[in-house]
Amino acid sequence: MDPITLILKVVYALVMISVVMTCAGYCVLAERKVAAWIQGRVGPNRASLPFITAIPIIGPFLQKLGIWQLPADGLKFLFKEDPVPGHVNKVYYFLAPVLALVPALMTMVAVPFGQYWDEAGVGHPLILANIDIGILFILAVSSLGVYSIVLAGWAANSKYPFFGSIRASAQMVSYELTMGLALLPVLMWANTADGIGGLTLSNVVASQDGLWLAFIQPLSAFLFLIALFAETNRLPFDMAESETDLVGGFHTEYGSFKFGLFFTAEYAHIVMGSALFVLLFLGGWNFLPFLAAPWPHTLVGSVLSVLWFFFKVCFMIFFFIWVRWTLPRFRYDQVMHMGWNTLLPWALVNLVFNTFLIGFLDKA
Amino acid sequence: MATQQKEINLGDNSARYQSEVPGETMSLNMGPSHPATHGVLRLKLELDGDFITKCDPVIGYLHRGDEKIAENMTYNQFVPYTDRLDYLAPLHNNVTYAIAVEKLAGLEMPPRCEAIRVICCELARISSHLLGIGVYGMDAGAFTIFLYTFTEREKLYTLFEELTGARLTTSYTRIGGLMRDIPEGWLGRVNNFINQLGPILEEVDGLLTRNTIWMKRTEGVCPISKEDALAYGLTGPNLRASGVDADLRRDKPYSGYENYDFEIPIGTSGDCYDRYLVRMEEIRQSMSIVRQAIEKMPDGPWYAEEAKKIFPPRKDKILTKMEELIQNFMIVTEGPQIPPGEVYFEAENPKGVLGFFIVSKGGGVPYRMKIRGPSFCSLSILPKVMPGLMITDVPIVLGSLDFVMGECDR
Repeated sequence: MDPITLILKVVYALVMISVVMTCAGYCVLAERKVAAWIQGRVGPNRASLPFITAIPIIGPFLQKLGIWQLPADGLKFLFKEDPVPGHVNKVYYFLAPVLALVPALMTMVAVPFGQYWDEAGVGHPLILANIDIGILFILAVSSLGVYSIVLAGWAANSKYPFFGSIRASAQMVSYELTMGLALLPVLMWANTADGIGGLTLSNVVASQDGLWLAFIQPLSAFLFLIALFAETNRLPFDMAESETDLVGGFHTEYGSFKFGLFFTAEYAHIVMGSALFVLLFLGGWNFLPFLAAPWPHTLVGSVLSVLWFFFKVCFMIFFFIWVRWTLPRFRYDQVMHMGWNTLLPWALVNLVFNTFLIGFLDKA
Repeated sequence: MATQQKEINLGDNSARYQSEVPGETMSLNMGPSHPATHGVLRLKLELDGDFITKCDPVIGYLHRGDEKIAENMTYNQFVPYTDRLDYLAPLHNNVTYAIAVEKLAGLEMPPRCEAIRVICCELARISSHLLGIGVYGMDAGAFTIFLYTFTEREKLYTLFEELTGARLTTSYTRIGGLMRDIPEGWLGRVNNFINQLGPILEEVDGLLTRNTIWMKRTEGVCPISKEDALAYGLTGPNLRASGVDADLRRDKPYSGYENYDFEIPIGTSGDCYDRYLVRMEEIRQSMSIVRQAIEKMPDGPWYAEEAKKIFPPRKDKILTKMEELIQNFMIVTEGPQIPPGEVYFEAENPKGVLGFFIVSKGGGVPYRMKIRGPSFCSLSILPKVMPGLMITDVPIVLGSLDFVMGECDR
């Protein structure tokens, strides 16, 4: 690899990181604004910048949108005192927040977000690293996130975080099964005749050119969505935090920027989870079902494909937030019971059914 | 000390607790400042894994000695202290206290005063239950419910502010009457509030009542049997949820409650879900009582006219007439003159039965006052019902019992 390609790759990676981190940050804002909207409140509208707010119309509008809340919060996380309780295991205590963010950011390497066409008119996905095992890589890396929760709970050496981390780790391990099983039919469906590259996400997207997979395999989509909620520790399944009984769950003993890292990681997971769901079930960067993407084979088409993808991801993020502010939370044993006794059997049934269906249609 | 109950009776709840693995238990301190404990309740829990084997509530963090304070001030001066008992329904505390002292003095209130007091009581019940249900929902993770009901409660507090001058510490009643008559047009605004509350309740209903997650969290959790509820002295919605048909508003009517039509919701199994349903229905019944009271609001005086030594005369008379001036001076300096004797009066507060036992040796100051707080009794059942539940159930059970520490610790 020549140095220029290498430097370009690094630059791409940095750009991607900044995009994902910004998305994660504005997810926090979106969460607060959408929550406020659902609850009949206004939401953050006070943070302002001295000169920009003075611009007529636009300045106050941005302030009312709460757009400056993100830098304000981020800076607050940075500048707050960072107390380390005396009873913690220092190494793991510092390691845990880092471990939380790294897998969430690493998964984006294998997430395609659009497509472009070369001179020959052949479509290529826009992706940092188009590896054959795309989806496997994402699953493998994202499941590393559980270690941060286990380590955080363990290193904090305190009872409430301990409970949170035990619950979360058991839950995430259980729901990974369902997730994997819900994915298999999708990959079987998307597999091409030569059987090559069936695990790359761009392949799955290409197979949804006409009809989205959410309509072909609704049960897979539903199971995957539930598992996704459990994996990202969002509300009906937020056993790791469960703030009414465990105070703050696994990050009770964390403050300042370390807490900020956990916080960002949670939203980075949501962005990644939404992206994954869009790619697998909502047609990725394809336009609406049965409608051909406008202006294919041009630069405009490429930009539009990225936009479709972005809009769909935004919708999924909204969906995550919507559910969180609507539903109460399960009890821990009910979560486990549902995971093993309800979702897992259904995932198996779904797998067998789709196997027969695909065999019957002679698709593979 | 009442908190030293060591008895652990693993009743029906322990059926869920079937751990056969011997191991160490873990002690967990929940509170006094913990989001789930609604104030400064502290629970000393002993846990086997996620299951509670022993629960020991520690109370008294909010003890202010209200009963002793009462012995050192005149009857009217104690009215603001009743605000701070159950600070989620101060209007009802005011009314209960005033009626207790008036019973001691042998005073009868004119119908208008009684009707206004009924409206106050029922609005206080609505506000208390709204907050109770909202916080209960929040304990289960449904944060939006809390803000929906809290918004309604704020509207109610605006009405209270108009009536009494204060949102939280209302101090509305006086011995022998009220602080002042209702403001002009206030009844219409109350009626408007009641009318718009219906749809909001429907919304809460739609979000919670048949919600599978909510039912999974509350149904069958912490059932309190009829016998237990009676034995531990539970009152109010908690008692009725257990299936005991008891409501002082109907059984021993005070302040003219016999003139109103209302139903008393009764639960069947006494679990957390029943306690939620009973409170929801009680809000609707209270709305109907308020409507009736507004409809037939009588005219006339809103204070006991013949109570010369108890209720101060009108301001215009004080400023123009010698006798009234002296009377006002005596009442302000020495307090309302209550004849010797003792009285126990209890009323159906939103949280349960609030009782005042007052011993008077004559004069303006009680010799002894004992307050019976419903929250104290509700909490006394915790060591009995908690074993066998999971830690995640603790906020649910506490939310369903809907206690307030200001009244428990007094």
